[in-house]
Amino acid sequence: MEKKLQPIVGKLEKEFGVTASEYRGDVSLVIPAEKIVAACQKVHGLGFELLSALTAVDYWPQASSPQGENPRFHVIYQFTSIAMNLGLTLRVPVPGINPSLPTVSHLYRNANWRERELWDMFGIKFQGHPDLRRILMPADWEGHPLRKDYPLGYEEPQFTFNFEEINLRKPYAKE
Amino acid sequence: MGVEQKLGNMGIATTTLEQAVAWSRTNAMWPMLFGLACCAIEMMSAQAAHYDMSRFGMELMRPSPRQSDLMIVAGRVSRKMAPVLRRLYDQMPEPKWVISMGDCASCGGVFNNYAIMQGVDEVVPVDVYVAGCPPRPEALIHGVLMLYEKVRGMKFAEIKK
Repeated sequence: MEKKLQPIVGKLEKEFGVTASEYRGDVSLVIPAEKIVAACQKVHGLGFELLSALTAVDYWPQASSPQGENPRFHVIYQFTSIAMNLGLTLRVPVPGINPSLPTVSHLYRNANWRERELWDMFGIKFQGHPDLRRILMPADWEGHPLRKDYPLGYEEPQFTFNFEEINLRKPYAKE
Repeated sequence: MGVEQKLGNMGIATTTLEQAVAWSRTNAMWPMLFGLACCAIEMMSAQAAHYDMSRFGMELMRPSPRQSDLMIVAGRVSRKMAPVLRRLYDQMPEPKWVISMGDCASCGGVFNNYAIMQGVDEVVPVDVYVAGCPPRPEALIHGVLMLYEKVRGMKFAEIKK
């Protein structure tokens, strides 16, 4: 771990009662969902002025009970401190049934669009978000495409033996 | 292009005029200036000095659909783009033609997924498909010439939609 990062991580570990894990120099802390706003506030106060990435991982078909054990999603907040040249990651486990988190868009402005993207792609709701609409997919889209159980496509490959059959039901455009 | 409306049943004169109009259409066919992906690069180079599509009366790319006769769909069409594409097509004056350029526009290409239209013929009626990923400018010009053959053979009755 970077020398400059050690006291910062120590403070966070003490305040939120978690242990940091390190992989090839990247430090990450798993924070429970209800403490994420406080954690972001703390991280912001410690000099991480940039939320460089806010994304999620879908661990489907991992269990996702309402109690929250073996959570299906992990939402990942990556922070950068330009002044100190440091990076820090927070991971938040979220259950697969009605996934939702409090918004941090009042602390980091760019979280606004990132949270919209997470809603669009993973269906994770952000409580208190000022404008939670789809950002990438069309407004009338159904489903959340980056979920692992979302079907990939619908095109049937046409070969010589079934060309005519598929051609009959292909939805060609009328004038 | 309002010839169809003005012509009545003029017998033998109609056929020759038909041919003349069709010929003139092929020699001043203005494509719409828009590209969706990498195929547009090949379309641009087909327009530029090396391949020079203006040999076939296509030196003008119109940035407005209201001034163009031909829509070259160059690239993959995402589901979000499809309504926009259809609106552009609807804004073009009759008679109008569509070339689907490249594999992605013709059948989805390598993008067999939820976000890309599996063939632009689900949105607009296509006259000529050009295969290739991306097609070389020669292939596009070949497609255009095939379209010209189709246009030359067209009767007024079938053009009027």
